[in-house]
Amino acid sequence: MSARLWLLGLLPLVLLAGLLALILAFDPTEAIRGDAPPVERLAFQRVELGPEGIRATVLNDGPDPVQIAQVMVDEAYWAFTAEPAGELGHLSRATLEIPYPWVAGEVHELRVITATGVTFDHTIEVAMATPKPSGRVLAVFTLIGLYVGVLPVALGLAWYPLVRRLGRRGLDFALALTVGLLLFLLIDSAHDGLEIAAEMPGSYQGVALFALAAGFAFLAIEVLGVRLRERGGAAGAAWATAFLVAVGIGLHNFAEGLAIGAAFALGEAALGTLLIIGFTLHNTTEGLAIVAPLSKAGSAPVARLALLGLVAGAPTIAGVWLGGLVYSPVWSVVFLAVGAGAIAQVVAQITRAMARERPIGDLVRTAPVAAGLLAGLAIMYATGMMIG
Amino acid sequence: MRPLDAAGGLGYDFDMSKTSGRVSQNGGAPTAPPSGLSRRSVLRLAGLGSATGVLGALWGRREAHGSAHPGVDPEVAGHAAHTMGVVGRIDTETFDPAAFLRSWNFSHLPEPERSRWYREEPRPDGTLLREYELVAVDREIEIAPGVYFPAWTYNGEVPGPTLRATEGDRIRIRFLNQGAHPHTIHFHGWHPPAMDGSLPDQQVLPGESFLYEFDAEPFGLHLYHCHANPLKRHIHKGLYGAFIVDPPGGRVPADELVMVMNGFDTNFDGDNEVYAVNTAAHFHMAEPIRVRVGELVRMYVVNVTEFDPINSFHLHGMFFDVHRTGTRLESTESTDTIMLCQGERAILETRFRYPGQFMFHAHQSEFAELGWMGLFEAEGA
Repeated sequence: MSARLWLLGLLPLVLLAGLLALILAFDPTEAIRGDAPPVERLAFQRVELGPEGIRATVLNDGPDPVQIAQVMVDEAYWAFTAEPAGELGHLSRATLEIPYPWVAGEVHELRVITATGVTFDHTIEVAMATPKPSGRVLAVFTLIGLYVGVLPVALGLAWYPLVRRLGRRGLDFALALTVGLLLFLLIDSAHDGLEIAAEMPGSYQGVALFALAAGFAFLAIEVLGVRLRERGGAAGAAWATAFLVAVGIGLHNFAEGLAIGAAFALGEAALGTLLIIGFTLHNTTEGLAIVAPLSKAGSAPVARLALLGLVAGAPTIAGVWLGGLVYSPVWSVVFLAVGAGAIAQVVAQITRAMARERPIGDLVRTAPVAAGLLAGLAIMYATGMMIG
Repeated sequence: MRPLDAAGGLGYDFDMSKTSGRVSQNGGAPTAPPSGLSRRSVLRLAGLGSATGVLGALWGRREAHGSAHPGVDPEVAGHAAHTMGVVGRIDTETFDPAAFLRSWNFSHLPEPERSRWYREEPRPDGTLLREYELVAVDREIEIAPGVYFPAWTYNGEVPGPTLRATEGDRIRIRFLNQGAHPHTIHFHGWHPPAMDGSLPDQQVLPGESFLYEFDAEPFGLHLYHCHANPLKRHIHKGLYGAFIVDPPGGRVPADELVMVMNGFDTNFDGDNEVYAVNTAAHFHMAEPIRVRVGELVRMYVVNVTEFDPINSFHLHGMFFDVHRTGTRLESTESTDTIMLCQGERAILETRFRYPGQFMFHAHQSEFAELGWMGLFEAEGA
């Protein structure tokens, strides 16, 4: 590019810098704002309980600086240290150490009062010691991930021999079932992701973050799919689709793992055998979704199937680790969104493959496809009810 | 009537530059806890608990169901008594609760300054004419270390100056309203309706003044407060003070302490975030009230706490004689805990029997832990 083009490109930016300098020098909002009070917003990020008491990380989510003056626990002023001490600027964080004798299994209310008397609250729903990274904790988290992610998916893969023997109509049904299952996961991810996004500090623009991450994932999987299919034949294309389904489900399971680990870290888990059974049923269908596209792929080595299972299931373990040890709602939103985008793309690929040259509308009207779609959604809904 | 100077020239430091924050009433809506989990996901997890339980690989979670391990270090629990309370100290330069305890009729001010606010003049019948200058001023005050409250004050302080007279004295108060809202001074005690400071046409508008004049009676412990509407806000913002009327001839000499029980709703949700005697949360925990063993101690306790139906006063290790409203010289009750509704007051008399520290606080534990708690330090023998 010539120097002239560079100049033309940079000119508006130079002018913009000048405008910003002008605004900073003669703040026009001063005149409007006058003596109005500052806008203070403080968000609780992570609250940990340990033998030394309570440790809470707070973020200044507002435009104006916030000075934390005192801390209350359960309506009592309590000793605390803030690191860093002093005023918190926009998007700055402070860690509060509060030597409070919390009571296991009970509810505690944290309250921060700023210099201007504004208060910010956080409820610890069920107090329990926050797990610290240790061999034992990681082992437990791994076990949880195996239980809810890897094993159910692996069980679902065992439908592979059945899928291979299906006729034309049976196959349409199985693929439509897969699409139904994936659509349900898509709705589930979007719902959870947007719900967390709504609760995030405003500066993170949770909904936009969700849309960006989902869009990115959709495009990335699209590109990946094209690359993979170029590598060989009908069988190659089927494997590529199965692989992409596994990737989409894996991303979804990673986000699910984050939520699971976080709930343990936040002390929000309770007992219930029925629920674990529901979870296993729910995720077993994910294995079926992976093998359904493989009906025409010829005989498949077990190792290759196992690899797909790991791609879909193993991220749950990583998710539980991450969520349990360093939970942040930002990561939950990002990964739920990435999972949603990936699943949406996989749904698009499968339906395109099923439709071949037909319009999608004609495809859906065929009996096996309509039945498969409805069955997929219904199965997920029913097993979802057992989960909560 | 002599026009009153601007508050800044009246011997009180009304320098607003000392304030360090403003209050955001709506700007800081409490944020929902970002637990980040839908009910569904939370319940979903619940299943995992049993999964891990089945596999015998539980960690601390089990502790939640067993009482043997509270989860918190016994050290921490053991030190709880030392860690409850506000952190830091308030700046006593503009308002010193310790000085407020033992001052009335502006006795804490040096003489030339004091006479700008308080003058007394004998009358032929042997009583005194007592003249006061009270000014309503909007001002930010420190109610707990680092917590600033946009108060409405009499003479820049909360509680307002303690006024003290002998029964039969003539009280004359020049009241100037330098605040942004209409205010009044409403006294408890005998007075004609025109001096009541409560009716709609008795509001003193910003910039205007009014002369309150009445005889001090009956003897006892009374209070004064703003009676402009909305009443709740005008009181809880800080417009109140103690009004002591001594019986003719006075009471038995004693170490006398003025304690006004108050509270502050810093986030304007109709609930107090700070409770105290004389405004500063937990002030006397760090700076005990020094008294002498064996000496008669007389406490003038007034409750002006807004929002809560009652407040109370409890003294450890001791009993005290109660003179409700102070209108009888004989004690009506001997107790260690007294309950007062808003506007109620009592004179409490006692002698410390042992040297050492004695806690006093509201016997509503919530108020105590939110600032209404202090210590006496008894010395000598």
